[in-house]
Amino acid sequence: MEKRVFFKGWWLPALLVAPQLLISFVFFFYPSGQAIWNSLFLPDPFGLKTEFVGLDNFRFLLSDPYYLASFKTTIIFSTAVSVSSMALGLYLAALADRLIKGAGVYQTLLIWPYAIAPAIAGVLWLFMFNGNIGLASYYLKALGYEWNHTLKGDQAMFLVILASSWGRISYNFLFFLAGLQAIPKSIIEAAAIDGASFWKRFGSIVIPLLSPITFFLLVVNIVYAFFDTFGVIHTITSGGPEQSTTILVYKVFSDGFVSQDLGSSAAQSVILLVLVGILTVIQFKYIERKVHY
Amino acid sequence: MVEKKRSGYWLTHLGLILGVLFIFFPVWLTFVASTVTQDAIIYPPLPMLPGTEFFENYANALFRGSPEGYGAKVPVIKMMMNSAIMAIGITVGKIIISLLSAFAFVYFRFPFRNLCFWLIFITLMLPVEVRIVPTYEVVANLNLLNSYTGLIFPLIASATATFLFRQFFMTIPDEMVEAARMDGCSPMRFFFDILVPISKTNIAALFVILFIFGWNQYLWPLLMTTDPEMRTIVMAIDSMIPTGDDYAHWPTVMATAMLAMVPPIIVVISMQKFFVKGLLESDK
Amino acid sequence: MKKIKAIIASLALFAMFAGTAAQAKVEIQWWHAFGGRLGELLDEQVNKFNASQDKYTVVHTRKGNYSETLNAGIAAFRAGQHPNILMVFEVGTASLMAAKGAYVPMYQLMKDAGQRFNPNGFVSAVSGYYTTTDGKMLSMPYNSSTPVLWVNKDLMKKAGLDPEMDLSTWKRVGNALDAAKAKGIDMPFCTCWHSWVHLENFSAYHNIPFATKANGFAGLDTELAFNSPVHIKHIQTLGKWAQEGKFKYMGRRNEAGKNFRAGECMLMTESSAGYAGIKKEAKFEFGIRHLPYYGGTEAPQNTIIGGSSLWALSGKSKEENKATAAFLAFLSRTDIQAKWHQDTGYLGVTTAAASATKKAGFYKSNPGTDLAGIQMMRNKVTENSKGLRLGSFDQIRGIIDEEMEGVYNGTKTAQVALDSAVKRGNVLLRRFERANK
Repeated sequence: MEKRVFFKGWWLPALLVAPQLLISFVFFFYPSGQAIWNSLFLPDPFGLKTEFVGLDNFRFLLSDPYYLASFKTTIIFSTAVSVSSMALGLYLAALADRLIKGAGVYQTLLIWPYAIAPAIAGVLWLFMFNGNIGLASYYLKALGYEWNHTLKGDQAMFLVILASSWGRISYNFLFFLAGLQAIPKSIIEAAAIDGASFWKRFGSIVIPLLSPITFFLLVVNIVYAFFDTFGVIHTITSGGPEQSTTILVYKVFSDGFVSQDLGSSAAQSVILLVLVGILTVIQFKYIERKVHY
Repeated sequence: MVEKKRSGYWLTHLGLILGVLFIFFPVWLTFVASTVTQDAIIYPPLPMLPGTEFFENYANALFRGSPEGYGAKVPVIKMMMNSAIMAIGITVGKIIISLLSAFAFVYFRFPFRNLCFWLIFITLMLPVEVRIVPTYEVVANLNLLNSYTGLIFPLIASATATFLFRQFFMTIPDEMVEAARMDGCSPMRFFFDILVPISKTNIAALFVILFIFGWNQYLWPLLMTTDPEMRTIVMAIDSMIPTGDDYAHWPTVMATAMLAMVPPIIVVISMQKFFVKGLLESDK
Repeated sequence: MKKIKAIIASLALFAMFAGTAAQAKVEIQWWHAFGGRLGELLDEQVNKFNASQDKYTVVHTRKGNYSETLNAGIAAFRAGQHPNILMVFEVGTASLMAAKGAYVPMYQLMKDAGQRFNPNGFVSAVSGYYTTTDGKMLSMPYNSSTPVLWVNKDLMKKAGLDPEMDLSTWKRVGNALDAAKAKGIDMPFCTCWHSWVHLENFSAYHNIPFATKANGFAGLDTELAFNSPVHIKHIQTLGKWAQEGKFKYMGRRNEAGKNFRAGECMLMTESSAGYAGIKKEAKFEFGIRHLPYYGGTEAPQNTIIGGSSLWALSGKSKEENKATAAFLAFLSRTDIQAKWHQDTGYLGVTTAAASATKKAGFYKSNPGTDLAGIQMMRNKVTENSKGLRLGSFDQIRGIIDEEMEGVYNGTKTAQVALDSAVKRGNVLLRRFERANK
């Protein structure tokens, strides 16, 4: 939709856009280009020399069982986090929507976890499940269940999923509540008068009307699970045990800064770049109104 | 809802209350842990009610670092200041350049406008975590490690705010602009006197979202601050958790965690209306 | 005229002295990995040096554990923000050695600064690790230890065992663990640094190769070899003990030290340098024994060192290098080394320190503290027991840690785990070889 009215001149807008372009160039385009360039080399950790290896880094990655496992881990992790936090968010939103008054109070009570950094969320849950002093592990032990997420991959995965979803519920709750409240009551009442039960109404009216929001939330949550959860994983498991909680973005960091394999890390960045690019395109094409001017 | 209320009413509230408890519980535990002694924590189970060491622990955390024999002595107050500077720097920086850019895209025609637009669009595609290694090198080459500039600028680079403002500006009726032009208003006066005031709500909403985004940054500060004086509070928590056979003074660590959470929470709750509106409108 | 000349002369002289006095102290940075009690002792050393002269100041910073310190140093080097001295643990030696432009070799640093430096004054088992094949010392050994068996005598009595019983073989240790488990002891056995103790030192002690090409000393084309039948048998035993609750795995590094010091663990294999913390905190009677071995093999050969050395990183001014040299010379003084050895349980890196300690009767009044030294210098070193020189070894250790954890929690057999570790480790060795040819 073109704006019909505009100001004349070109040097002013150029000046206005310049700061953003400059920052984008220095801190976005140049490093991204570097990442792509670096992925073709195998440098030594100290940066003293480097060797051109072409696509070898990629070949190495695609044949590395741990990299491929990281894909699987990321898919499982992001699906679990998205689905669980969306389900709980929807559940709470549906409940809150039923209230005539009081929804606002619950909204205030449920919304603030958005402000908590994933890294802090990780610390909170780590504290609860710490092998020595954690409250949860203490009671689990009393029930005869040995908790040791530093050794058992399943438990580690469960813990990071729990910590990541917990922080996300409020975001999803907010959107679902808004979506539910936007459904005109008249439609619901009409269906009720026609004799539809609550569940039937929910299934055949509410869910379809919520689908744009649901789809949107799904994409946003997946992006969150892919990238923002770095803090959770770093504080709780550092990607272990045996790399069972190493999601793709964690591996970029761990291979680059811990294992000092910069070639591999750069190649991983490039692959992630492509993946996120696809996700962003999906988000814009199918969800946002078409981007044009 | 249409059906009768009584039983449904109480169940609804029960469900919601359980949800609230689930959300609150870890934070409550952390708060309790920050108000008790070290022994109360090392020998579980932790009591459910706060203890008596509130002032001691928080004073330690803020000003003195962990008590004797427990590792690093970094007063948290400096770190909170660093976090605040970083968060506000990112927020203000991003809002300013986005307002200017969105203004330019919507209200002007200039050569390469499309190209610039798409260039900025691409920056949405890569969160900093993906370009972390080369960005680190660029910042290092510019000698910006361990500096506020280095902390702030790489995180201003993405275009989310620009899009939001652009979207919003496009909903402003043309009549306003025409009236301004007829009054002989220069573009910048239009910007400052009309556009910005109208956008107040959006700016407030973005302020909340960006402040939280900035305050909660973890990976980037972790990598580029090697000087203990420059650490931010969110990244520092990780190094306070003991590894190996270190001891941590848990109450101090938990107090630090609480302090890391409080400013963004205050911002969210006090600006809740703007925040909710901003989130819903911006991402739809 | 004469008077004026005199005044000018004395003014000039005065200006000279004033200038020298006003010269700022040269400050150098040291990044290390020591916290807790060891950190306190390190701090003492630095303060002593700073107070002993007024030309140089050393500022030390703890960067985290050994791996974190090494990685921080490497990342800082890439960014040109590195310290003067970097503490690099022994497994990072190969990575540093290969990075020829990143450091100033020790012998060179000392020579350029005019410091007296006698490489032969160092214990050869220690300095050999950090010396090239043609005898040039590249870094300064700082702390060297070797694994020993720590015994909680009180818990042994509780298990109905004689605290002085023979624990020299793993078979006998196994019997002790059985007894402890039967008496309900929660943590009969624990270990720190399981790769270092139970694979690397295990290989040296039994005179079998950990890797080909003399454990990497003889070439970059070395391959891992720790999946021999003897290795597998030992890891299998550890796995079995873990499943039976006789061995509680607490973590890859020295996490178990905390449990031992708190009196929870009966037997622990850990560095001799656990002495510092144990002496300070243990509220029970403890003992030190030699590392156990398997009878019917070539054991006991000798064990190898763990610990770290100090590297002088390049790209610093001549003045700063002089300061670095002075500090490193200070650290290898006999009195400093002797005190460090006695306080921490690390071996004195100079022979002079060891004999001074003996002369002072320290070993008599602290029985068992001389075991580590004896164990290391026991026999003439073979090519399997000189140490390790493998690139990317910190990462390879991470792989070994992961695989062994799989054995402890029962998801893999020892054979599968060690074979996998060898395979994965070799990939890294090849990549290292390629990047450093």
